[in-house]
Amino acid sequence: MQYLREDLTLTGAHVGCETSQCGACTVLMDGQAVKSCTILAVQADGASVTTIEGLAPIGMLHPIQQAFWDEHGVQCGFCTPGMVLSTAALLADDADPSEATIRHGLEGNICRCTGYHNIVLAVQAAGKAIAAGAAPELVLNRDAALAR
Amino acid sequence: MNPSSFAYERASSVAEAISLLEQHGDGAKLIAGGHSLLPIMKLRLAEPERLIDIGRIAELQGVRVEGNELAVGALTTHHQVATDPAVQSASPLLADTASRVGDRQVRNRGTIGGALAHAYAVADYPAAILALEATLVARGPQGQRQIPAREFFVDFLTTALTPHEILTEIRIAALAAGQGWSYQKLANQASGYAIVGVAAIVILDANGACAEVRIGVTGTAAVAWRADAAEAALRGKALDADAIAAAARLVTEGIAPLDDLHGSAAYRLRVTEGLTRRAILEATERARARG
Repeated sequence: MQYLREDLTLTGAHVGCETSQCGACTVLMDGQAVKSCTILAVQADGASVTTIEGLAPIGMLHPIQQAFWDEHGVQCGFCTPGMVLSTAALLADDADPSEATIRHGLEGNICRCTGYHNIVLAVQAAGKAIAAGAAPELVLNRDAALAR
Repeated sequence: MNPSSFAYERASSVAEAISLLEQHGDGAKLIAGGHSLLPIMKLRLAEPERLIDIGRIAELQGVRVEGNELAVGALTTHHQVATDPAVQSASPLLADTASRVGDRQVRNRGTIGGALAHAYAVADYPAAILALEATLVARGPQGQRQIPAREFFVDFLTTALTPHEILTEIRIAALAAGQGWSYQKLANQASGYAIVGVAAIVILDANGACAEVRIGVTGTAAVAWRADAAEAALRGKALDADAIAAAARLVTEGIAPLDDLHGSAAYRLRVTEGLTRRAILEATERARARG
């Protein structure tokens, strides 16, 4: 996590509990959701790591990010990068998860605002959007996105 | 907080890891998934001078079936243990326990060997390992030895492993007909650790009475234990609700419970009794269903 944030300046993985409980630092390592606070950079040598910055091209939102926006699955936003990446791993296993599957799958991500209800809705919406072939979309600016 | 500084070395075989442990002595610690060790290093509860990474040693990975026995490599992740078809069929108790460790991300990285060697009081596996009467295989400078589950958990964060030994494999007999299992857990909502965890194996005799029940308990006290008095109370008896409830009342006999912000001593004792009752009931139902 320190290497991602301080050496690579990818600050999307957030520093929360630092002891693999809160999930704010979640990244994808070889496609699996992991907590970057509890992995040494040297242990990840040779692996492919995806942070929130790399989920969609610059200036675009991944369908999961779009769904979190549309369903207001975001309050303060601190847990959001981890939630989105855990969702990506969850949907890769199960494209149409039940509410119980989503809540169990996101157990490792704590939302301090307790906004879980809309997060569950966002995951379900993202699953449907991806199944329908949604691709990352260009977001020019906030007003343009809101107008859509 | 960042951990204090340390040297890092990656071992490519068990033999190399053992010789590095011998060479560097007390200041060296093994690391695999890191999900037990790195958090306590960040809290500066552990400050090893050197980490020996065994995480990529191929011979310690994966699940094998040998006759009637399951051999789980120490580096098998919780996710792999939980989802491996061989584990699910030969030891559903172990697979279920693994599926309830921590959370998804933790299960992707943490390993069964690391969790067992760390022997944290509120870890999930010790309950199942005790109830399954698993054998823990360790390798050290003097060669390989097998440690029965009952002898493995010695005290808080302390196992029967000697400083230069490496836990390599966990061996478990496959569940047979007439046997049932259950794992009941009260989880900490943030960490997923077991404030109390009770694993039970019920073995029925030809008349459907209790031939044997094996109960392992974790979380309640500093070290996991087998509930001998409760087990003895059910041996040879009909497994009805009254007999099970009476046996469950004996589960914490002679145990000094933990008392902390996750659960007071009295609360832990009460929950342990309740979860024991549920575990024996569910294991009994499953044993009957398996004929």
